[in-house]
Amino acid sequence: MFKANLKSKEAIAGYLFALPSLAGFAMFFIIPFAVSLYYCFTEGVGGSKFVGFRNFISLLQSNSFLLAARNTLIFDSVSVPLIIVLSFLFALMLNGNIKGLSYFRSFFILPLVIPVASIILVWQIMFNEYGALNHILSRSGIASTDWMSTGWSIGVLVLVYIWKNCGYNVVLFLAGLGNIPKEYYESARIDGAGPFTCLIRITIPFMVPTGFFVFIISIINSFKVFREAYLLAGSYPDMHIYMLQHFMNNNFFNLSYQHLTTAAFLMAIFIGLLVFFLFKAESRFGRNIS
Amino acid sequence: MNAGKIIKYVLLICISFALVFPLVYMLANSFMESGEVTKTYAVLAGGASSVNVKPASFGFKLIPDRVSFLQYYNVLLRRPRFLVYFWNSVTMTVPIVLGQMVVAFLAAYAFGKLRFPFRDKIFFVYIIIMLMPFQVTLVPNYIILRWMNLLGSYWAVIFPGIFCTFGVFLLRQFIRHIPDEYCEASRIDGAGYLLTLTRIILPQCKGALASLAILVFIDNWNMVEQPLIFLKDESMHPLSIFLSRINDSELGIAFACGILYMAPTLFVFLYGEEYFVEGIQLSGIK
Repeated sequence: MFKANLKSKEAIAGYLFALPSLAGFAMFFIIPFAVSLYYCFTEGVGGSKFVGFRNFISLLQSNSFLLAARNTLIFDSVSVPLIIVLSFLFALMLNGNIKGLSYFRSFFILPLVIPVASIILVWQIMFNEYGALNHILSRSGIASTDWMSTGWSIGVLVLVYIWKNCGYNVVLFLAGLGNIPKEYYESARIDGAGPFTCLIRITIPFMVPTGFFVFIISIINSFKVFREAYLLAGSYPDMHIYMLQHFMNNNFFNLSYQHLTTAAFLMAIFIGLLVFFLFKAESRFGRNIS
Repeated sequence: MNAGKIIKYVLLICISFALVFPLVYMLANSFMESGEVTKTYAVLAGGASSVNVKPASFGFKLIPDRVSFLQYYNVLLRRPRFLVYFWNSVTMTVPIVLGQMVVAFLAAYAFGKLRFPFRDKIFFVYIIIMLMPFQVTLVPNYIILRWMNLLGSYWAVIFPGIFCTFGVFLLRQFIRHIPDEYCEASRIDGAGYLLTLTRIILPQCKGALASLAILVFIDNWNMVEQPLIFLKDESMHPLSIFLSRINDSELGIAFACGILYMAPTLFVFLYGEEYFVEGIQLSGIK
């Protein structure tokens, strides 16, 4: 009886402390999200007519949605593996006895704190048709390209994304590398293992849990590259970098909330499933290792 | 020093250079005279489409012909508008940082140390919403803000910012790892939950709170989408949006504007780098 009383007291305290956050979260996110779900299945201003799955069907047949979804997938499947591999290599380089480690680390973190809007001018100067990059290329005899209005634009975005975000991953990987017990390497060396074997057999398996988190955070950060795309190229950029976020933003301004909420709903489900399966995979991997 | 090590250092120095270069470029150009800027970057201002003839000089210059503080002088003393927009950014960012710290700290204690029904399920929803891009929560936010009649006021940006679940996530990561014995000992001494929170948890959380403040400040100082959509009145916009207009119309002061805009975050970085790094590490531990 006494124990049950304590338990319910703790539960009440828990709800009370969480209350401001829970109330705000419900008010600004969950309840209106449920309301907006209703839009997905209706038609007309204010959602007056119920239409079943017609919005989903017309969305999946809309060329601009398919283009945006495809571009987002292409961008993520190129940029996310690339940033993970690169930042892992950078972290390996910084790990161990490096002179001036704290300076190098600061350089990696610096882009994270620089607001996108304040540095966008440099990217414009770099990748303008008559800008710095073409200047350098033409000096070495290579024909200039209009970087932002051709297929190269996706490459520009990948570059900007890696420039900005690799520091976050480097910090996470460095922390992970620091947690690997040194004895493993020592005993492996005694057994005659080279540095490459150590990397494959010790470092990489130990870094997989960190890798899972880095993977998730890299996907989240990849969505934020919309800011750069928007500030560099506006609402209707080159078709290679027309992302889901452009699609949703434009539908908002065109007042077609049905398409927007339906697309948002699909994206939310996709991200939710992805995270769910990643957590599943990670816990299974964790069991295997121990 | 062997060859491998030398290659490593050369590589690291090259990478560092690439990482710092955009900032150095901005800084160097901010000491250019406005006339020189508009001349150098005429192609940018005109837009590529309006330039029929290929310009003789490319828009690229690192070192100004003459060092001057005219851009800064113009921005700070001749264009009071800049200060207005700077103040707009402050008006939105500071309440979000402070509000999120208080709300998140209380909730993180509940989610990290107290047991209550549905705790973990609710927290899973918190994480999922945290991961969504802004465009997914755009319509839900818009619906509720319109209903509350807040569209067009700063609260439309501030409220969703305060209740962003990132703060709860980050602080819970830290509070969870405070040993339970501390809390139990304080409970046995007769302290209530509130006293345990203020006497035991809060003193240990100072570093984590500083990390959160820095991360939230940098994230919101950077905000573009929310004010663009929720604030129709351009005079209420933050610096980030003002800056993208400056880049198009008044190139002559754009570099100094950019430097002044990033100054607070650079300042925070210089004095709080350790907290910033700890915040990132905190977000990654299990």
